[in-house]
Amino acid sequence: MKRLTLFCGHYGSGKTNVCVNYAMHLRSMGLEVTVADLDIVNPYFRTKDSQAQLEEAGIRVISSPFANSNVDLIAIPSEAYSLTEDRSRYAVLDIGGDERGALALGRFSDAIREENDYEMLCVVNFYRPLTGTAEEVLGVMAEIEEACGLRFTGLVHNSNLGAQTTLRTIEDAQGEMLRLQELSGLPLAFTSADERIAAGGMFPLRLQKRVYE
Amino acid sequence: MSEKVLMKGNEAIAEAAIRSGCRFYFGYPITPQTELAAYMARRMPKIGGVFLQAESEIAAINMVYGVAGTGKRVMTSSSSPGVSLKQEGISYLAGADLPAVIVNVQRGGPGLGGIQPSQSDYFQATKGGGHGDYHLIVLTPDSVQEMADLTGLAFDLADRYRVPAMILADGTMGQMMEPVVLPPERDAAVADKPWAVTGTENKRPHNIINSLYLAPDVLEKTNDERYARYAEIQAKEARWESWMMDDAEYGIVAFGIAARVAKNAVTHLRQNGIKAGLIRPITVWPFPTSAVTGACARVRAMVSVELSMGQMIEDVRLAAEGRCPVTLCSRSGGMIPEPQQIIACVERLAKGGK
Repeated sequence: MKRLTLFCGHYGSGKTNVCVNYAMHLRSMGLEVTVADLDIVNPYFRTKDSQAQLEEAGIRVISSPFANSNVDLIAIPSEAYSLTEDRSRYAVLDIGGDERGALALGRFSDAIREENDYEMLCVVNFYRPLTGTAEEVLGVMAEIEEACGLRFTGLVHNSNLGAQTTLRTIEDAQGEMLRLQELSGLPLAFTSADERIAAGGMFPLRLQKRVYE
Repeated sequence: MSEKVLMKGNEAIAEAAIRSGCRFYFGYPITPQTELAAYMARRMPKIGGVFLQAESEIAAINMVYGVAGTGKRVMTSSSSPGVSLKQEGISYLAGADLPAVIVNVQRGGPGLGGIQPSQSDYFQATKGGGHGDYHLIVLTPDSVQEMADLTGLAFDLADRYRVPAMILADGTMGQMMEPVVLPPERDAAVADKPWAVTGTENKRPHNIINSLYLAPDVLEKTNDERYARYAEIQAKEARWESWMMDDAEYGIVAFGIAARVAKNAVTHLRQNGIKAGLIRPITVWPFPTSAVTGACARVRAMVSVELSMGQMIEDVRLAAEGRCPVTLCSRSGGMIPEPQQIIACVERLAKGGK
């Protein structure tokens, strides 16, 4: 188990949901965990939506004071420096989508490389319009690596169609995932799915229900 | 894999526009609609289309005016403050009888307001906004699927009636992700538009795109002709969804994201023994007046649920024609009403309150 887990990937691939649930998972193993929202791209649907639940579980949340507010400011909170300076805690990092989001990670990449105790996972949803094939995902991965200066160490298969996801949805995308593993040479860290449909071996996600769903 | 994809509402509008033959997009970034422009920036160059980030919203709408005059399908998008800037150009489009599609992914106002979702540009969209006697066709999607479907319809209606059409969405609709079946690719060629400025080749008199009329009686005649078209649109193109209205004693009118919350409230109210129903306008201009008027004769009260201080409620009241009381249930400033608030409002009415 590495001290730092970084979730990156295409815009809208499901990083925040995976990130929040992964932090809860680490906490359930008794670890001291920090979760950090370094998303500088998304105005809505942020880690902060789950802040109460995370803090109740004893997880420290680092999030922009402007997230979910009316302040449309690209800002990283100063507490984020504790992610690399305080090596006593595990940390899960939610990085904004695409290469634009990964830019924010670049500020920390020297320290992350120097400590060398991290996983950088690419969250993949093949049902997203501009990442429907392994080749398209590889293109986005290369852009992210260039923007943040770190290399991916693994993949998360998070293919889904929102509320209409079934096991079949995930199975149908598995062939493309195998191709991506082959082409990238990276291992599959896990396959994630809504806890209501997650089958054996999958990482179950507890998703937030919203007032309009 | 299935033909469905998981998209943000903003992305769905962009892709649906492209598949409806739109090859020209002019815009300027603003939260919460920027994904639409970003998607166009990625896609348009790959298909021989034009994406141009203009120097301002005003420049963008005037570029739309230019392309629309050539008969090509063209789109711009923005969010509330940016759409305010476009109003002069929108009035000119209407005055020159040009079809175009304008997208407003609304955020809280007035002024710079905020970046959270809102429906407080209802007046601006349906009652003018720009100067002069004119209307837009205004479509209000309530799902990512409808964001895609109504975009294609907006282009078709704009072309058919030679009027600008608007997609009136809100920040939540733009940002939320849902599965969507995208419409099939359609021909990008110019439809039959004998008025377009496409070059005469010395074979016909030249066409003029203009909204200036030197003689007032000619301008009046032009307005009369345009209003005859508006009357036809009002007669033929009002769209709405009636949900649980057949035996409803309390009717809710809500569009877009408010309608989704209202559906949850109706379900709960019926479980609690109160017969509620929903009329969801899919067009707010033309407003589905006949549907609301008919319902008002049957229900005890109507509730207008909005993300504003109360704007659509004026159209609901006009349609009610005094047949039943009409109450407002709303949040503003970027807040979304919760089902509990709507339930409490209807329960209060059921107990004889206001």
